[in-house]
Amino acid sequence: MTAPVFSAVLGRDLRLAARRRVDALLPIAFFAVAVSLFPLGVGPEPNTLRQIAPGVLWVCALLAAMLSVTQLYAGDQADGSLEQMLLAGGSGTVAALPVAIAKAMSHWLLTGLPLVLVAPLFGVMFDLSGRSIAALCASLLLGTPILSLLGNLGAALTLGVRNGGVLLILLIVPLCIPALIFGSGAVSAVETGSSARGHFSLLGALFITTGLLAPIATAAALRIATE
Amino acid sequence: MSWGSASEFFAMGGYGLYVWGSFGVTAVCMAADALIAVKRHRAARAQTGENS
Amino acid sequence: MAETRFFTYASPPRFYALAGKLIPWFWTAAVLLAYAGLYIGFFKAPTDATQGDAYRIIFIHVPAAWMSMVLYLVMAFWAAIGWAFNARLASMVARALAPTGAMFTFVALWSGALWGKPTWGTWWVWDARLTSELILLFLYLGYMALVNAIDDTRRADQAGALLAVIGSVNVPIIYFSVKWWNTLHQGATISATAAPKMVATMLTAMLLMTLACWAYAFAVVFTRTRAIIAERERDAKWLNGGTA
Repeated sequence: MTAPVFSAVLGRDLRLAARRRVDALLPIAFFAVAVSLFPLGVGPEPNTLRQIAPGVLWVCALLAAMLSVTQLYAGDQADGSLEQMLLAGGSGTVAALPVAIAKAMSHWLLTGLPLVLVAPLFGVMFDLSGRSIAALCASLLLGTPILSLLGNLGAALTLGVRNGGVLLILLIVPLCIPALIFGSGAVSAVETGSSARGHFSLLGALFITTGLLAPIATAAALRIATE
Repeated sequence: MSWGSASEFFAMGGYGLYVWGSFGVTAVCMAADALIAVKRHRAARAQTGENS
Repeated sequence: MAETRFFTYASPPRFYALAGKLIPWFWTAAVLLAYAGLYIGFFKAPTDATQGDAYRIIFIHVPAAWMSMVLYLVMAFWAAIGWAFNARLASMVARALAPTGAMFTFVALWSGALWGKPTWGTWWVWDARLTSELILLFLYLGYMALVNAIDDTRRADQAGALLAVIGSVNVPIIYFSVKWWNTLHQGATISATAAPKMVATMLTAMLLMTLACWAYAFAVVFTRTRAIIAERERDAKWLNGGTA
């Protein structure tokens, strides 16, 4: 019962994104523009840029992920398909789990993964070393799923609410802070020559914890929002 | 603890700005918090029975 | 029989009446405790050897910080009870707690900054305590924003409860993670303890101020709860019938 719902929701989201390619690329475009503002605002001094790069890249990735997350449920709620998806699995919080997980997965595939792939380009822009760029991609690979899972939770909580997008950012960004700290910390550590093993371990632990807890909370939020 | 004079008390050994800045803002915040709550209650009571 | 008595005050009208009687006593307690605490803090506790008289900010800073943390957990607790048992009053109390909790968080941050400037030389430092306290403020504001943004009361209460509970799980995580990060970057660690032989008067003043803040919190939160009850039960007979 759960597998068909999961793959149906995921498949549908991916197909919809394929048809609206421009919409799907907007978060990446935002990331590119936001990141580019910093050298312009702070000045092109390579040492400064190298120092701020981990934080800047990570913060822009966080914001890009959060901006696109409201779209996860908005369209489906408007045309009633969200109710259908939730009914498909039966009633109760656990039955809403496949939808919650599928939505988080589709968000990561459409926003998180592209961010990981595009990050090296901007790492070069900030004059990061090769090892730092590798660390950046690794930290984003672990971190963007966390952002997708938490963003997903926020979208479910603020479903159909006025100014939901801004409210979502206010609610979810505090929860994303540990991931931000360890993600950008890992890159900074590699950049300055020290070991990032501790950062990655904690980031991994956060990934696992969020992966286990966020979907059930999201499922509960979906039930609350659609009852 | 004996303060020499009122002005010594207010000076707080040179840290008067910080000490009174803290306690002053706190007093304002607590008063505001309380007053807003009371106002809210009064407004709610004033509106009871409007629809009946 | 015992069950009826325990849950008696879970009914809004009865709570409304009880709270109305208790509030003046809470205010009285708050004023007396604050007077005692401030008197001891300013006229009995001596000047600190290293920090001078700036340390007296401790008498509001520490109580406010403690209140900010405790009120959040109490808020999350009642919100969860309201969600789990569909207990309206519990959800109302949770909503009533948030603004006061946020206020104490702000006071803790503000007084901390004013204490830090003369003693550390800076208004702000990104160490474990300050950052986690700042995030706590965001969590309070987020909760208040969410419950106010959703028009349907029941849905708002439930969504708020979910958010509050998630936030309380996050607080120790944030504290721990920032501490770890701070250790890696070797930031400053501040100890708030005074010199040993002075502990008695300072500690007494601090505890009295904490109790004063507790009494104050009860007074204001109960007032706000009564306001919320009055708002939600606007058309109820018991409210219109003339119960004060």
